Amino acid sequence: MKGVNFVNLRDCGDPVSAAVRYAEQGADEICWLNITADDESWRDLLAQVERAAVEVDVPVTVGGGVKEERHVRDLLAAGADKVSINSAALRDPGLVDECAAAHGSQCIVVAIDAKRGGEGWRAHVAGGRVATEVDAVAWAGEAVARGAGELLVTSMDTDGTKQGYALDLLGAILDTVTVPVIASGGAAGPEHVADALAAGCSAALAASIFHDGTYTVEEVKDACRSRGLPMR
Amino acid sequence: MTVVLVDYGSGNLRSLRAAMERAGSDVTVADDPATVASAKRLMVPGQGAAGPTMATLRRTGLERAIRSAVADGAYLLGVCVGLQLLFDASAEDDTPCLGFLPGRVERLDGAARLPHMGWNDVEPVGPPHPLAAGLPACAYFAHSYAVTDAGPAAVAETEVDGVRFTSMVAAGRVAGAQFHPERSAGAGLEMLRGFLQWSDAA
Repeated sequence: MKGVNFVNLRDCGDPVSAAVRYAEQGADEICWLNITADDESWRDLLAQVERAAVEVDVPVTVGGGVKEERHVRDLLAAGADKVSINSAALRDPGLVDECAAAHGSQCIVVAIDAKRGGEGWRAHVAGGRVATEVDAVAWAGEAVARGAGELLVTSMDTDGTKQGYALDLLGAILDTVTVPVIASGGAAGPEHVADALAAGCSAALAASIFHDGTYTVEEVKDACRSRGLPMR
Repeated sequence: MTVVLVDYGSGNLRSLRAAMERAGSDVTVADDPATVASAKRLMVPGQGAAGPTMATLRRTGLERAIRSAVADGAYLLGVCVGLQLLFDASAEDDTPCLGFLPGRVERLDGAARLPHMGWNDVEPVGPPHPLAAGLPACAYFAHSYAVTDAGPAAVAETEVDGVRFTSMVAAGRVAGAQFHPERSAGAGLEMLRGFLQWSDAA
């Protein structure tokens, strides 16, 4: 089965009711990213994650701004099924080992923001804005070797462009790792989602096409079914 | 109907508890052997690896409590790693397990990508079983190890990349689901209801 995920609950008003709504519409998983909260709102955030654990009946991945193992621990304890780590892992790769050892690879997603540069793609930090010298594909391999159970790969080249996902980047990463890879960034519609899944991604993540009401989850899944992709 | 959910620190029980309550059960989350041993219906959840999980169950006295409950006729449902622990042993960490069901848990090496993470079809096998009443259905999996041949205890099977493994088991009053029923939407809820209604005193 391939998965269609909804992302960016942050922009949704009440993220928990948005998650429930999308789950009811058939979203296979929910990703709540860019949760970055200062210490004051961390407790509020955890309370919302707790509500989501009770009210949503499909997997919920939470991340964006997770900096330390204790954040991962708190989010999992609050009920997140998976926690995504990005910049913090790139800065300190040992964080991946630490979190995977403590909580199990199946709940640790390493998110990678990549943009074309040099011979291939460079990994970016700070919400994808700041380039590093780290080769994104090599980092993907290292993150998995350190215990990441899943990779969430966002192309900074395609994100927001509505030109589709970066199939070249995804292909390079799919050839490098044997964990599930989630495509992110660039989908304008159902065919783009189908393209990413047909290319070997286990799931495709989209936000604005659902959030803006342009397409429904069912429309995207129907397009995938027409392409022969197994869909729930 | 009360179900005791065994809390051995395996991870968050919030969503599983909520799902059980949605299914119509009162839930007692218990980390003490006495409550677990006297349970008539219990669930053993689990995330993470077989080795540390069995070690924790042993150390806390919960292994003995689970065995005692089962010996007294309790209905038991193991979920995810909880299903794997029902068998003789797991190749993961080379761990001896509870041995309620004959068989060995192995790594799903035939799968193209591990963990096997995502939704997949659960198909009933063998004679109809109350736990399989809602099958076939699609459920959410997140695991790298599985039992590929549970013999007559197999109630449902799932295929990934051409490899079939046992996704639900039941023998006597001991049962298990390899998927996460609390994360499997309507299909998961259906299975949990099946567990609550399961009675061999028909």
